[in-house]
Amino acid sequence: MRTLALSDDILLNIEKPARYIGGEVNSVMKDKSEVNIRFAMCFPDVYEIGMSHLGIQILYDMFNRREDVWCERVYSPWTDLDKVMREQHIPLFALESQDPIKTFDFLGITIQYEMCYTNILQVLELSQIPMHAKERTEEDPIVIGGGPCAYNPEPLAEFFDLFYIGEGETVYDELLDLYKQCKKEKKSRLEFLEMAAGVEGIYVPQFYEASYEEDGTLRDFRAVNPHAPETVKKQVVMDVTDAVYPMSPVVPYIKATQDRVVLEIQRGCIRGCRFCQAGMLYRPTRERDVEELKRYAKTMLKNTGHEEISLSSLSSSDYSKLQELVTFLIEEYHGKGVNISLPSLRIDAFSLDVMSKVQDVKKSSLTFAPEAGSQRMRNVINKGLTEEDILTGAGEAFEGGWSKVKLYFMLGLPWEEEEDMKEIARLSDRVARRYYEIPKEQRHGKCQITASSSFFVPKPFTPFQWAPMCTAEEYVRRAAIVKHEFQEQLNRKSLKYNWHDAEVTVLEGVFARGDRRIGQVIEEAYRLGCLYDSWTETFDNEKWMQAFENTGIDPEFYTLRERETSELLPWDFIEIGVTKKFLEREWQRAKDGVVTPNCREGCSGCGVATFGGGVCYESKN
Amino acid sequence: MKVRIKFRKYGVLKFIGHLDVMRFFQKMMRRAEIPIAFTGGYSPHMIMSFASPLGIGLTSDGEYVDIELTELIDSETAVRRMNAVTAEGIEILSFRQISEEKKATGMAIVAAADYLVSVRKGTMPDQWKEQFTEFLSQKEIRIVKQTKRSEQEVDIRPWIYQAEIRGEQIYLHLAAGSVQNLKPDLVMEAFCKFCGIQEETVVFSYHRLEMYAESSENKAESAERFVTLESLGEEICSEKC
Repeated sequence: MRTLALSDDILLNIEKPARYIGGEVNSVMKDKSEVNIRFAMCFPDVYEIGMSHLGIQILYDMFNRREDVWCERVYSPWTDLDKVMREQHIPLFALESQDPIKTFDFLGITIQYEMCYTNILQVLELSQIPMHAKERTEEDPIVIGGGPCAYNPEPLAEFFDLFYIGEGETVYDELLDLYKQCKKEKKSRLEFLEMAAGVEGIYVPQFYEASYEEDGTLRDFRAVNPHAPETVKKQVVMDVTDAVYPMSPVVPYIKATQDRVVLEIQRGCIRGCRFCQAGMLYRPTRERDVEELKRYAKTMLKNTGHEEISLSSLSSSDYSKLQELVTFLIEEYHGKGVNISLPSLRIDAFSLDVMSKVQDVKKSSLTFAPEAGSQRMRNVINKGLTEEDILTGAGEAFEGGWSKVKLYFMLGLPWEEEEDMKEIARLSDRVARRYYEIPKEQRHGKCQITASSSFFVPKPFTPFQWAPMCTAEEYVRRAAIVKHEFQEQLNRKSLKYNWHDAEVTVLEGVFARGDRRIGQVIEEAYRLGCLYDSWTETFDNEKWMQAFENTGIDPEFYTLRERETSELLPWDFIEIGVTKKFLEREWQRAKDGVVTPNCREGCSGCGVATFGGGVCYESKN
Repeated sequence: MKVRIKFRKYGVLKFIGHLDVMRFFQKMMRRAEIPIAFTGGYSPHMIMSFASPLGIGLTSDGEYVDIELTELIDSETAVRRMNAVTAEGIEILSFRQISEEKKATGMAIVAAADYLVSVRKGTMPDQWKEQFTEFLSQKEIRIVKQTKRSEQEVDIRPWIYQAEIRGEQIYLHLAAGSVQNLKPDLVMEAFCKFCGIQEETVVFSYHRLEMYAESSENKAESAERFVTLESLGEEICSEKC
């Protein structure tokens, strides 16, 4: 039986001790004396969130297929345990072996959102690993980062030895082989990092230097180590069907956010919404083979015992074999105690038909993401959804028995005017009006239209990477305009409006497009006690503002400025395949309010065709 | 057809609470492909009822869950299949057919449970064994029992059916179930108070040994007053299937 890193006394006095004990069904145990490389895979948030992430499950499975590697998991201890570990100097440990992370070869951290940055520092500090890469010795694990936020790694540059840019399935094997060889030949940490810099997709931040203009913008960014390449290329799996997929994902004891089998049906998105980073990063769109997916569904349900299966992709309706797959799942599992959950479906006759089969129409709600209230703004952001689409879809849904609709919007988009904001309320009202067109005796009481708005955050590698943001006060003012307009609507009693926190948005904006200097702010905020910033109960904006003041860094430099297209951006050294020229062209088209067709309607020459596959070559086969 | 599953909960699984054990069993049933029956409706759920929830921190050699099957499966196969897909910390001990009567399921018939109590932290006073005998010889043991709404002073002595010292451990046989339910920590709390041990200077760990129902045969004769829940079921042999 395994010995736990924490005593019964600690475990029985903290919330949800199951977060820290490991030993879940399908977790992998190995004999540590028989492996060459020990890899700790970390999601820097609480267990229930981290366990819900598909990417880690894929890498966990892939690494553990290798006999010479034992990959284990580690998550952020919740604040209650964090305190105990600090008081008692208990080093952070991996769930499987319960061994301290500091004894591992690698600590891999997936960076999924900006507001987890202080948790990364917590994981390093609790692991007793020096926070800065430059202070680490031969004894310390190699700290490697990956995930969407690694596409602008600069704010975190000081804390990582390596970043992996792109999809993990491609060059990790090469990197691990290289490490094994270096370990065998007793090569130094520096020698390994230099060799790793030669692996495509690997970025070693300490081998690069940035210099700045007087106005604060980047003057120059270049490699200062002969082994480091000038640009780092994103890694993509071109054959997603043959790529590894975890047939036996770990099944947590406690309820994780994603307590179900997740079937990734495709990667990438054909749509090209101009605000969407994932839509650009994961180009080209690549579909998995439908027969293979059916097989996966069966095997994974059997191996996990989950009672629900969900499809995952950026836009499931664009999967060409969706109808076949969903029909299969319904025929195979409906009524047998397996729920089928279908997120991100475009509302049309087909999706309403399948949803009415798998959901309780009276209880469930339908979701539309118009993203902007006015057609003008939807053209600016290239959201190919018209008001007619929304009203027709909602109408069919209402006639099919639904009465609850959720609408998602963004506020603070580039060139947004007061009229565009007010259209959010008016569009919501028009959806409600469509409901009340149904004869009274045929409808089920009142309808409930819930509109939510988040504030727009410009992200690197999108056409909006040059766009200015607003101040927190301005965001709140805009939300108030929308709120007020809702109160003016005919069906206001059927409408509800929520909006996100503006202060968190501003911080996200700073980190998303931040440069190396932002690292000090993150460190200072962490020193001041910031942790779990993505959790409303722990987020403390005052401490963050204090951190900016203490470090003399002006957050508004990063948010309020409209960047010139000629400006050198901190992430320009990374090549994602989509060219800067294309993004610039899209930025101009956005200004002109011109819509760009999606990848299936016509190629717009974004540049990813160089990867040689996916949607770019669909019609050419 | 109704079936009673007996299982052991040990090791690190003591940190998993009752609701999560229920979820664990639901998923295990699917992994082991046990032909369990579901309720009807939009979100069908497994017909499954646990005899008595075990709190976080407790281990047990005698836990029970009753389920309903849609088709016959023999005990040996079922136990083997479940143990093949369980996690370290839950072991299936038996799988037995029980009466179809509605009131025969675990939850309704539990009448007693027994426990082994050990000291997990701190030390007991030198004279504790003598004191324990004295403690038990009291006619009444009054404690304040807290319910969700109020505090109430009750006498727990009648619900302690048997108690004895076994080496350095204490054996307790207590009333359990829906009529009277006495948790072992309440007994130990009362004992500590009786000895004058300050609160939280000694911490105990509790291990449930078995759960019992009232014997239906002869209620008056105390010797056979209780029978194990397991003994109320019958092995399903492969010939039957």
